[in-house]
Amino acid sequence: MHELSIALSIVEGAGEEAARRGGKVSVVHLRLGQLSGVVKDALLFSYDLACEGTLLEGSRLMIEEEPVVVFCPECAAERALASIQSFRCPVCGALTPDVVRGRELELVALELTYEQHAASATPATTD
Amino acid sequence: MNNTPHPPRLPRLIEVRKNVLKRNDLLARKLRDRFRAASVFVASLVSSPGAGKTAFLEKTLTALRAQCRVAALVGDLATDNDAARLARAEVPVRQITTGTVCHLEAEMVERALDGWNLDELDCLFIENVGNLVCPSSYDLGEEMRLVLMSVTEGEDKPLKYPTIFNTADVAIITKIDLAAAVEFDLKSARRNIQSVRPGMRVFELSAKTGEGMDEWLRLLQSRL
Ligand SMILES: Nc1nc2c(ncn2[C@@H]2O[C@H](COP(=O)(O)OP(=O)(O)O)[C@@H](O)[C@H]2O)c(=O)[nH]1
Ligand SMILES: [Mg+2]
Ligand SMILES: [Zn+2]
Repeated sequence: MHELSIALSIVEGAGEEAARRGGKVSVVHLRLGQLSGVVKDALLFSYDLACEGTLLEGSRLMIEEEPVVVFCPECAAERALASIQSFRCPVCGALTPDVVRGRELELVALELTYEQHAASATPATTD
Repeated sequence: MNNTPHPPRLPRLIEVRKNVLKRNDLLARKLRDRFRAASVFVASLVSSPGAGKTAFLEKTLTALRAQCRVAALVGDLATDNDAARLARAEVPVRQITTGTVCHLEAEMVERALDGWNLDELDCLFIENVGNLVCPSSYDLGEEMRLVLMSVTEGEDKPLKYPTIFNTADVAIITKIDLAAAVEFDLKSARRNIQSVRPGMRVFELSAKTGEGMDEWLRLLQSRL
């Protein structure tokens, strides 16, 4: 189970970004490739634990799963695999080791909220 | 008397695009550069616990030590039993105790190398913690990743753990001296490996009898 240590890295990374930009993180968007080696449910479970006692406590993790995309030399085209148990082109059936996408473990975006008094503490706010 | 407070600031969505394992990846790249600069060939071994990494490595180290300067790092949750076994090959061995961490990370490898002069080495092996899941996410700066599976684990291991097989460069089927006893279907195992990692080299061998070791050693020597 390395999902907890991954979750801690996510919380750390998101916390750094939020600190630079101000505001409180309400949602963390993550892209998770099917070949990333990370299990979605285990990560979701670990995320709440990792947030405890940090500025991200109470935030949500939204995971967008990315299928594995290979390059098929027969079709000369990128193809999404139906399953990572079979690296066969879904169109022509050729085996291909050439992974184009699907290993991502990437912090994509953050949703930041601003509390009323926090906003009024910033005098020059015009928006 | 318009004393309405500031309108609330709306939530904002900001794009970040940050690799979560960036720190490990950067460190692994640095290690790989160091290994290349010192001309050290580095191979790592992953498998489930008990598949035969230490036995295979002991045989490999013993065979190599006459021809080149070889060393090993071995990861274990708690004990140094494997390091003691590998030391019987009379090559430098260092233990990495990971505690509760179920895989090696680049940082642990870097720390374990502290004080070793890489210029005095030709070849380094890294035995990972027995685990077919977690090590797949962590680059260690190795040149070759070996994934081992023993005949007693069944032919479908690659289908159950496709990610780790997909990140490996070479597959080793171990304990083939037991193949007949457990009715291991070698053809089906090979087919499953090719399904999750087309084109991967596969060796079948026994660390106990030595059968099949020569072919593997030939590949290794061609890479040194
Ligand atoms: N019969 C047989 N047993 C083996 C072979 N290789 C390892 N073993 C046994 O399998 C067990 C686990 O091996 P070990 O090398 O410690 O596995 P590791 O946990 O992957 O490092 C030990 O009892 C070994 O003696 C082999 O080629 N043939
Ligand atoms: Mg071992
Ligand atoms: Zn095709």
